[in-house]
Amino acid sequence: MGSNMAEAHPVGFQWVMEAKLRGARVVHVDPRFTRTSALAHQYVRIRAGTDIAFLGGVVNHVLSNDLDFREYVAAYTNAAFLVNEQFADTEDLDGLFSGYDPATGDYDTTTWDYEGASQRETGPMETGMGGPRIAGVAEIAQDPSLEHSRCVFQILKRHFSRYTPEMVERVCGVPPDQFRQVCEAWTSNSGRERTAALIYSVGWTQHTVGAQNIRAGAIVQLLLGNVGRPGGGIYALRGHANIQGSTDIPTLFDLLPGYLPMPRAGQADLTAYLDRVRARTQKGYWEEADAYFVSLLKEYFGDAATSDNDFGFGWLPRINGDHGTYRTTMDMIDGRVFGYVVMGQNPAVGSANGRLQRLALANLDWLVVRDLAMIETASFWKDSPEIETGEIAPEQCRTEVFFFPAASHVEKAGTFTQTQRMVQWRQKGAEPIGDQRSDLWFFHQLCRRIRDRVADSTDPRDVSLQRLAWDYRTEGSGDDAEPDPEDVLRRINGIDLATGRTVDTFTDLRADGSTACGCWQYSGIYKDEVNQAARRKPHVEQGPYDPEWGWTWPANRRLLYNRASADLGGRPWSERKRLVWWDPDRGRWTGNDVPDFPVSTPPGYVPPEGARGPEALRGDDPFIMQADGKAWLFAPAGVIDGPLPTHYEPHESPVRNPLYGQQSNPTRRVYPRPENPYDPSPPEPNTDVFPFVLTAARLTEHHTAGGMSRLLPYLSELQPELFVEVSPQLARLRGLTHLGWAHVVTSRAAVEARVYVTDRMAPLRLDGRVIHQVWLPYHWGPTGLVTGDVVNDLLGIVTDPNVLIQESKVATCDVLPGRRPRGAELTALLARLRSRAGITPITGTQLVTTGTEPPEEGP
Amino acid sequence: MNSNPIHTLRGWLQEWPVYRQVTGPDRLGRGAAAQSPRSRQLRARTATADEPARSVCPYCAVGCAQLVYAQDGRVTQIEGDPDSPVSRGRLCPKGSASLSLVTGPQREEKVRYRAPFATEWTDLPLDTAMDMVADRMLDARRRGWQETDEQGNVLRRTMGLAGLGGATTDNEENYLFKKLWTAMGAVQIENQARI
Repeated sequence: MGSNMAEAHPVGFQWVMEAKLRGARVVHVDPRFTRTSALAHQYVRIRAGTDIAFLGGVVNHVLSNDLDFREYVAAYTNAAFLVNEQFADTEDLDGLFSGYDPATGDYDTTTWDYEGASQRETGPMETGMGGPRIAGVAEIAQDPSLEHSRCVFQILKRHFSRYTPEMVERVCGVPPDQFRQVCEAWTSNSGRERTAALIYSVGWTQHTVGAQNIRAGAIVQLLLGNVGRPGGGIYALRGHANIQGSTDIPTLFDLLPGYLPMPRAGQADLTAYLDRVRARTQKGYWEEADAYFVSLLKEYFGDAATSDNDFGFGWLPRINGDHGTYRTTMDMIDGRVFGYVVMGQNPAVGSANGRLQRLALANLDWLVVRDLAMIETASFWKDSPEIETGEIAPEQCRTEVFFFPAASHVEKAGTFTQTQRMVQWRQKGAEPIGDQRSDLWFFHQLCRRIRDRVADSTDPRDVSLQRLAWDYRTEGSGDDAEPDPEDVLRRINGIDLATGRTVDTFTDLRADGSTACGCWQYSGIYKDEVNQAARRKPHVEQGPYDPEWGWTWPANRRLLYNRASADLGGRPWSERKRLVWWDPDRGRWTGNDVPDFPVSTPPGYVPPEGARGPEALRGDDPFIMQADGKAWLFAPAGVIDGPLPTHYEPHESPVRNPLYGQQSNPTRRVYPRPENPYDPSPPEPNTDVFPFVLTAARLTEHHTAGGMSRLLPYLSELQPELFVEVSPQLARLRGLTHLGWAHVVTSRAAVEARVYVTDRMAPLRLDGRVIHQVWLPYHWGPTGLVTGDVVNDLLGIVTDPNVLIQESKVATCDVLPGRRPRGAELTALLARLRSRAGITPITGTQLVTTGTEPPEEGP
Repeated sequence: MNSNPIHTLRGWLQEWPVYRQVTGPDRLGRGAAAQSPRSRQLRARTATADEPARSVCPYCAVGCAQLVYAQDGRVTQIEGDPDSPVSRGRLCPKGSASLSLVTGPQREEKVRYRAPFATEWTDLPLDTAMDMVADRMLDARRRGWQETDEQGNVLRRTMGLAGLGGATTDNEENYLFKKLWTAMGAVQIENQARI
């Protein structure tokens, strides 16, 4: 679901085909029939943005028919835990959970707590990888029979009880017989003897309910016992070579390496920070976050970090809100950001609301772009669409632009982390030429220059730069000096400062300043002073898990939470699904993968009172990063928009939510401003102006914003031009001709494209209405060997509250025949459309719509 | 193929591809039978190249392994690595275009500079550009500095500059990017993962 794997990840898709040859059943759920659908046993067309209703229907099917893997669910999830008496569900409050504050648009989550324990209210990534802290996990009230009305299992049952096949049809447009087939395929391929895998991509994340889409998938997989077991799991297919690595070792505002949260305003010292991250009484490996964090500070500040100065904690900057890329872009328009460094990314084409992005670039003091080739983010001042409308003129654009040519992936050595957490080292194949340099060189040289300039400063804000440990082994000297990437990787792995040697694994890290480690989660990647990521033992020479090809975090485990592949007694659930198991003779866990569990903790182990951290894990607590050792069907904290996923309509939708008065996610982040208008949605009037559902995705032959594809002749020839896919019915309705022109319009933009009339798109029938969906690929821009309008210009910016990712997989639109108008006529067309739709600055921004009736059931 | 002299009848017939196809082992005419004297002499670029670098495709996150062949310091071919348990030697159309990505004429080789209000790019020496950027970063940092919030809580940060990127660059590079940003007090750093 939410993935066109065959076209977007074709080489990975060979494994789905292998599985199919071996008898696996393949189901594809997507708004558009793609090559993935063509190769699946069953294709199900769904309305974009209704995945939670579909998955909630699956949950309801599983629970109403007692099809869950009860032994797994009762022992390995939080199904038995009781929830606070004050908790009220969306079923009780017309689509809101208890604790909602309409003034702030956020929840007070205290009523979502487990009974007996205290979570202390947290936001996502406020506590990092381990999820929310829980004090007093030993005190959580439980009902192992799963019958108590306030236990998670019963709450889940009630929450999804109205997500019937008929409701799935009303919301998603999926006929009940098709839906039942999916449920039967999923449940009959799960359990002791069989497992099912779930695959998603940005078709799930790019929504105002993105995090909850994935939560919903996780709930289904947990109920069916498909997590931590071979052939099971939830796979996020990611679209950039190192996008996994760039969250692990993040270039993100809210994270430090290893999913340690950035310090927040009000955290006065190291203790205050750590107390927010984990509770001293919680279970599992996140309880040792102090060792990971202090080791990071030692890597950052070296000898200057001591226990007397909190290891330099006070030198770190603090965050206090949304500093995400969209917020920052709007602050550029408002003149609050002066300089911007962009590397390997093309926001002028690739980010939602392209016009807003370009207006932001045009209001900077200076901009640095590092890329292989000239891209629109660097050349916006002379080729953006706003030149035509007069909104940007080169002679009036003040931004000073520096373009630095970058070294390519073969002209430098280093690691990428692929989508299954495997880190692979790349050897250097050739030297870059001219001014081309690696980003390692760039940051090293920048750091050198900046430190030279503040070397004699007495300003306290410069202390963090003066004390920074930046002594990586370099090749070359002076202006040529470049850190040796192997030395940087070695520091990321971590060093025992007493011996000067690399640590073997993250459990070697200490909170007393005796170890330095750039990213605890990558500890072991340089085990025994050997670059483990560079291993290349051919797959024909090793077993099915290929442990000697690259290195997978954590600890070279190929399957996370694999303790769950064995039953409570430590025996594989079935012989054909065995992965790791307890060896009673040797008194340790063993198997075909590195066990993801304390290796000598036996299956029946019950920790003594007062135990904490890894020692507090019971023998049946497979989820070793969670504060309670269990997988969370119900999230008592840490998810901003609710402890359970709930169907909300997309921010822009032609449909009134049939389930609740609450139309859309009441905690979504809206950004009302003149450059970012929203199309109206029910219960607002005038939804007929933008009556169709818009969705967009990738083609095989292009890559995201096109900087690495539409400048290349082969790929440009294979996919030369922007097109819009419409169904024959919609083509008739709007008078569109196959291979002729059309323009897609929203309140933000008009984008012209060739018309592709195809059965790959089809209208949905739901609630007595016909809903049309249109699809576009989004790779083109004003420059390159092949050019086209920027599809991202069509989208407004509205984000998921948990992760601040934009809703770019669904919006509303209209499709008009012919080419779009140019210049002032284009601006006038958009103004006319906004006027017809009655769009004002508050359109789409009223978060609460409860108390208004959902529509009656259709004929 | 043997190389009979053309002046014998058999040698003359051997020059005819259909004859070779019918009489030789290449009955489908897709190999030796179809070769001309010139194509018979051709050798793969990879045969004469240096030992290939073991690399990874730069496009999506499947992580297909690549073999990068170079000769005389220039990349001459990029192919899938059959040893990889991930890709088993395969590359998709994008991965197969890696050679053009790396060696094509679209690659910029020189720093380009656009002064405020200018209508064209100009050249700038690399070290001058680096010095100018370092000066501007410190200036933006100073102008956007926030020592405390309204309640007096320590912020110790700058909102004057921002960084974007990371999903196409290496872990080692991202590590230094975040480390330098954090030491400068710059919190606005983001990448494609937010998209």
